[in-house]
Amino acid sequence: MGQTATRANGASEDASKDDLLRFYRDMLLIRRFEERAGQLYGMGLIGGFCHLYIGQEAVVIGMQAALKPGDQVITAYRDHGHMLAAGMDPNAIMAELTGRRDGCSKGKGGSMHMFSTEKAFYGGHGIVGAQVSLGTGLAFANRYRRDGKICLTYFGDGAANQGQVYESFNMASLWKLPVVYIVENNQYAMGTSIQRSSSETHLHKRGISFNIPGEEVDGMDVVAVREAGLRAAEHARSGEGPVLLELKTYRYRGHSMSDPAKYRSKEEVEEMKTRHDPIEHVKKLLIDAGHASEESLKEIDREIRAVVTASAEFAQSSPEPDARELMTDVYL
Amino acid sequence: MTQILMPALSPTMEEGNLAKWLVKVGDKIEPGQVIAEIETDKATMEVEAVDEGVISALLVAEGAQGVRVNTVIAELSGGETSPPAGEVAAKRPEGGRAGGTPGGGAAVPSARPPSPSLREGPPPQGGRGEEVTPGTVMIKITLRDALRDAMAEEMRRDPNVFLMGEEVAEYQGAYKVSRELLAEFGPTRVVDTPITEHGFAGLGVGAAMAGLKPIVEFMTWNFAMQAIDQIINSAAKTLYMSGGQIKSSIVFRGPNGAASRVGAQHSQDYSSWYSHVPGLIVIAPYDAADAKGLLKAAIRNPNPVVFLEHEMLYGTEFEIPDVADWLVPIGKAKVRRAGGDVTITAHSRMVGAALKAAEHLAMEGIDAEVIDLRTLRPLDMATIVASVKKTNRLVTAEEGWGQSGVGAEVCARVTSEAFDYLDAPPTRVHQVDAPLAYAANLEALALPSTEKIVAAVKAVTYR
Repeated sequence: MGQTATRANGASEDASKDDLLRFYRDMLLIRRFEERAGQLYGMGLIGGFCHLYIGQEAVVIGMQAALKPGDQVITAYRDHGHMLAAGMDPNAIMAELTGRRDGCSKGKGGSMHMFSTEKAFYGGHGIVGAQVSLGTGLAFANRYRRDGKICLTYFGDGAANQGQVYESFNMASLWKLPVVYIVENNQYAMGTSIQRSSSETHLHKRGISFNIPGEEVDGMDVVAVREAGLRAAEHARSGEGPVLLELKTYRYRGHSMSDPAKYRSKEEVEEMKTRHDPIEHVKKLLIDAGHASEESLKEIDREIRAVVTASAEFAQSSPEPDARELMTDVYL
Repeated sequence: MTQILMPALSPTMEEGNLAKWLVKVGDKIEPGQVIAEIETDKATMEVEAVDEGVISALLVAEGAQGVRVNTVIAELSGGETSPPAGEVAAKRPEGGRAGGTPGGGAAVPSARPPSPSLREGPPPQGGRGEEVTPGTVMIKITLRDALRDAMAEEMRRDPNVFLMGEEVAEYQGAYKVSRELLAEFGPTRVVDTPITEHGFAGLGVGAAMAGLKPIVEFMTWNFAMQAIDQIINSAAKTLYMSGGQIKSSIVFRGPNGAASRVGAQHSQDYSSWYSHVPGLIVIAPYDAADAKGLLKAAIRNPNPVVFLEHEMLYGTEFEIPDVADWLVPIGKAKVRRAGGDVTITAHSRMVGAALKAAEHLAMEGIDAEVIDLRTLRPLDMATIVASVKKTNRLVTAEEGWGQSGVGAEVCARVTSEAFDYLDAPPTRVHQVDAPLAYAANLEALALPSTEKIVAAVKAVTYR
C-alpha cells in the first residue's frame, strides 16, 4: 500500500455479472429506502434529525463486499445505508425512524442511534468523531481475542478534524489493531466545504504521521471501492495494522432534512447526479456488457419498491413504544 | 392516483410558502426530480418527487403563503406507483409528529411512567455480602494495595478483564495502584496508553461494547474531562439508545478531588458531575475494605461505573477482613457511627473528617450519626431518610462545590421525603465557591474540614 493516491482504474471490468447485479440491487435498496424516508419525514412521520445517504451508496455496498462474517462496522449518524448494507431488516430500520415499538432500538434511538449485535453493526453515533475511538476499541477487542475479525470504522470529512480521530490513529498504529478507517469524503461538513475546513484536503494523507497507509478511492464506483476494500481488509486482517481509505463521494441531499444546501451550486449537484451517479454507473456496466436489459433492471426496481413500501407500511402500523419502556434499558 | 403532500422540511415546520412550481400539469416526472421550491421560516428548500408519474393537477398555486404541512399540493397519475402518499398519511397518529406533540391525542403515551426514584438504579449487587462474621481475621492494608488486590483478583477470575491507562504497566502506576500487575498479567492485559484520554476512553468503551471488561485508569479524574463525552454520550447512553442491545461493562477509575497544593486544575471533585447521569453507577469509597469490595463489585457489574478514589487516602492503612472473595454491594450506604442527635452524610475522604467531627461533638454531648454514602448513584436514600427520621437533623459534607452538589441532592430529597421530621434546616458543608487556591492557607480555607462540620452540626443543633 502506498501513500499516494491510486485510482483503481479499470477495476469495473473485474466484476462478474452476479456481482454487478447484486451491487445494483443493494445500492438501489438504499436509494429507494432513503427517498421514502425523506417522504415520511416530510409527512411528519419521522422526527428530529434525519441524514440521508443518497449519492453515497457505492461506498457502503463496495466496502461491505470486502467483509467476512463477524467483521464489525461502526459509523456516525448518516447510517441508514450502512445498516441496510449490513443486512439489517428494512422494516426495523424504518420503524425506528418513525419511533415505533418494532424499531431496532425499540423507538428509543431514532435515525442516528441504531445497532445490531447480530449483524455486528455497532451504530449509529451522534457525536462527530466519537465512533472513531469506539471503532478502534472494537478492533482492540478483536486483537485481544485474536479472533481474526476486523472493524470498518467510517467517518466523514467533518470528523476528520476532530482530535480523537488522531488519538485513535496513533493507538491503532502503535498496537497494530485490525481496523480499516474509511473517510467518506462527501466534500461538505454540513455547510463547510473541505477547502474551507481542512489545511490538508487529501484526507488519505492524514495517517502519514502515524505510519498508516492511505489510499484515495473513487467512492462513486462500487467496484473500485470493493477492490480497495479487499486490499485494506487483507492488510488489517494480516496483523499489519490499520489502513486509511479516503472515498471521494457526494451527497445529493442536504446535510439533514432541514438543510437547503445553498453552499453549493445547482450545477455542481447536477453534474454529480448526471455524470457520476453510482447506480447509473453500474446500470451502464450491466447493459453495455449485455448482462441486463432496461426492462430487467426495471423489474429489480419494482421488487425493491415493494420492499420499501412494505417497510413504510410496517413503520406506520407498528405502535408507539409502551410507556413502560421509558425506564427500561437504563441499567442492566 | 398519487397525492403529493406539503412536506415538513425541518423538525419544527408546521407551514410554509409554495414559492415556485418547477413542473406543470402534463409533465412526466421521475423520482428525485425537483418539482417545487418551498420557503420555510429558515430557508428555501427544493422538493423532490418520490414517485414517478404524470402531473395531473397542481392544487396549490405558486406563491401561496402559509400552506399547512400535509396539505395535498399536487396529484400524479400513472407510472410505477408506491402507495399513494395520501393513503400513507392516513395512518399517521393524530395530532402531528409520531413522537407525540402535546395535545396530540393518540400519540401521547397515556400511562403514567413509573417513578424514576424507584427505578433509577439496578438492584444492589449480591456477592458474599459485607457482613464480617465473628472470628474473621482482620489484616492491615493500604487503600492503594486494596485497590490493586481487587483488580488482580478480578483479572484472575475473568480473562476479559484488563487494565489500561497512562503509566499503569511498566511504571507500575503513577500512584503505584497497579504495582506488579504487569508482571502477573503481561502487556496484553495491562496496557500502557499514550497521553490520550479522549482516545483511550473511547477505545475502552468500544472494547466494552465488543464484550471485554476494561478497567480504564485516569491518572486523575481532572484529566478525564478530556474524555467525558465518551463516558456520558457513549458509555452511559448507548444501552438505552440501542433498546438494550449494546452493553458497556466498564470501570473508569482514578483519584478524584483535592490532593495537596496542586492548584485548581488538579484539585476538582467530580462526584456531582457523574452522579447527575442516568446510565452510570458512581462509587466513592472511603476505607480499604469498601474500596476493595466495591471495586470488585464494580468490575463484575454489567453497567458503566465511575469509581472515584482519593489520592490523600492511597497510603492510609485500614483494617480489612481476610476473606477469599470480599465483595461490598453497590447502592448501599453504611452507618459508620450510630448516633441520635444529628445525621452527617459524607463520602470519600470527607467520611474521615465526619468521623473526627463526631468524636469532637461527643465530647460536647452531641451524639452524631455518620453515614458513609459509598455509592452516589444509585443513592441509598432509605438509609439516609431512616437516620434523619431518628435524629431530625441533617448535615452533608463533601469536598466539591456546593451548587448542584451531592449535598444539595441529599438535602432536597430529605426535605421532600422527611420534611415533617426536620427540626432544623438541612445544612451543607462543601468547598467555597471558587477555584482551589495554591497557597497553603487559602487552600485550607477553601476546603471543608472537621472544624467546619463541627460548626455546621452546632448550628443545626442550636448549640
